[in-house]
Amino acid sequence: MAEIVVNELSKRYANGFEAVKGLSLEIAEGELLVLVGPSGCGKTTALRMIAGLEDITSGDLYIGGRRMNDVPEKDRDIAMVFQNYALYPHMTVAQNIGFSLKLSKRPRREVRERVRETARLLAIDSLLDRRPKQLSGGQRQRVAMGRAVVREPQVFLMDEPLSNLDAKLRVQMRGEIESLQKRLGVTTVYVTHDQVEAMTMGDRVAVLRDGLLQQVDTPTNVYDRPANLFVAGFIGSPPMNLAQAQVEQDGDGLAVALGPTKVRVPRELAAARGLATWAGKSVIVGIRPEDLHERRNGRSEGALRAEIERVEALGATLLGYFSVDVEPPPTGSAVAVVTGETLADAPLVGSTGGTMFCATFEPRTALRPGASVETTFDVERLHFFDPDTEAAVWAE
Amino acid sequence: MSTTSAAPPAPLPIRSRRWFARRGSRVAPLKYLGLLLVAIVVLMPVYVLLVTSFKTLTEIDAAHAWSLPSSWTLDAWRQAWDELSPNMANSFKLAIPATLISVVLGSLNGFVLSKWRFPGADVVFTFLLFGMFIPYQAVMIPLTQLFDDANVPTGIPRLVFAHVVYGIPITALIFRNYYATIPDDLLEAARMDRAGMFRTYWSIILPLSAPAFVVAAIWQFTSIWNDFLFAVFLITDPVSWPVTVALNNTTGSLVTPFNLQMAAALLASLPTLLVYILLGRYFMRGLMAGALKG
Repeated sequence: MAEIVVNELSKRYANGFEAVKGLSLEIAEGELLVLVGPSGCGKTTALRMIAGLEDITSGDLYIGGRRMNDVPEKDRDIAMVFQNYALYPHMTVAQNIGFSLKLSKRPRREVRERVRETARLLAIDSLLDRRPKQLSGGQRQRVAMGRAVVREPQVFLMDEPLSNLDAKLRVQMRGEIESLQKRLGVTTVYVTHDQVEAMTMGDRVAVLRDGLLQQVDTPTNVYDRPANLFVAGFIGSPPMNLAQAQVEQDGDGLAVALGPTKVRVPRELAAARGLATWAGKSVIVGIRPEDLHERRNGRSEGALRAEIERVEALGATLLGYFSVDVEPPPTGSAVAVVTGETLADAPLVGSTGGTMFCATFEPRTALRPGASVETTFDVERLHFFDPDTEAAVWAE
Repeated sequence: MSTTSAAPPAPLPIRSRRWFARRGSRVAPLKYLGLLLVAIVVLMPVYVLLVTSFKTLTEIDAAHAWSLPSSWTLDAWRQAWDELSPNMANSFKLAIPATLISVVLGSLNGFVLSKWRFPGADVVFTFLLFGMFIPYQAVMIPLTQLFDDANVPTGIPRLVFAHVVYGIPITALIFRNYYATIPDDLLEAARMDRAGMFRTYWSIILPLSAPAFVVAAIWQFTSIWNDFLFAVFLITDPVSWPVTVALNNTTGSLVTPFNLQMAAALLASLPTLLVYILLGRYFMRGLMAGALKG
């Protein structure tokens, strides 16, 4: 058990490509930190540098207080779980799990005992004599875990360990890995591109984009207070609705004009977000789909009228997509890049030229494409972003 | 499915049997006829070789080359065996160690050229490959000179040495290409399990190398067994001649004992034939595995 400190870690390849740029993180003892980001964001490279599989171009890596930059991987006391499991095909499950112990010259009795114990922990003790070829995907995954667990290392590194499993098994293993990690209390760095995995498993989540750290925080904070437009668009599914809006002076207070809709901003909120300096300027406004409801009686303020274009009934919720007459965030902004890549079926631009929004509706309502709806939102739930820097707007 | 547990290449599905059936029954007989004709052309010399080897010397003339022997006799075979068996033994003493050493070297070379790479591995590999294109004739004299200068023991050791060196390019190529199909994840897992270079080779790579060993061994065994040129200029003492050189010397100076020659030729080719028959399936499989994935 040890804490990991990563200080200004960078990776530049021979061809000049910079995969990781000045990454700094402090991972506490026993913590599970999730590195998340779209493919090519440098999360796996960062993990491999911690593992010692990749040289560190610059920066420092400390594990348990010891500088590890030039320590060979075999002396770092790290166990890694690979995306493809990387089980040794010619060895039995027991040999796979026990290989590292055998190499560290432990007595045969001890190896057998620890392999058995680990297998029991992972509920694969009946499979010890099988070879990887004879195992299902989920069983292979468990063996890969077992190979890491048996070593009782200081640190676990996991590189998308669940991405080869089917959806149902993934949810199950997600819980199992998390509770196993808590039970063993081993500091863990977990890489994934799946923001649901990141949200559900991590004690903290680190969001990366193009090799740059965007935000590190608890899952709730990353969700509720995304540091910038990229994080706002990446975390959450369906993604946050985003549009350009104007902050206007409204009497002695402020208001946000979102297309034809104008909402007054309560004084406390304006103060908390530091919106006063934004009066007369344009901002990017974000609303999570679950904060956008069908309008009930009363409150007409902030109503967005629209015609439903597409409906996704998910059982527990009903998602309705509609085009709103507001300006989408400028093309080329981080969020346009992300949503365009990960959610190709939810374009930012609606069919009528406005911005595509998504809202949650009461399940089992007879919402159909073509239906006219009015949606409202709570001003408190709005997110504001600087259109130039794309950073979230908060009071200093 | 993308599970990368690097199983040794699975046998390729054989679809040839259906291939004919699908083309309709009317065309199939014609195809078989065509194939049969080609097979006959190929087998004709083998037939002559076989029947001649069972004839007596007096019965052999061009007019009756195609007829079966009037009385079958093993005399030629017996004589061939008597004359060639010491040289057959020499050939085994040559081909077995030379094959073993060169496949082991090939495996090690392939490992460091593909999976445990060192700076400049590709350049070294390119130069190794050049070795394949150096004709034996070009090195005949310098090689002999070098062996003399270096006091390499004469006889079979020299030949083993020469074949091992000449085998390095092809065996390195075979193993390198085969190892390229083993996922890197597997080696990284071994690194994380704290295995060093030799342990990784011994415990991970070697157990997965069987197909490549079969391919390289068949290749090396047949080419070493069949080699004539190296043997004829590197070995001066007839006692150490391998079977290929001895076979050449069964030619009489005045009369050519065809029956003896045919029997001797068949005898000399039996070991390679056996190797192909016994291991040929693996040979194709190994070649294909590399070809498909590489």
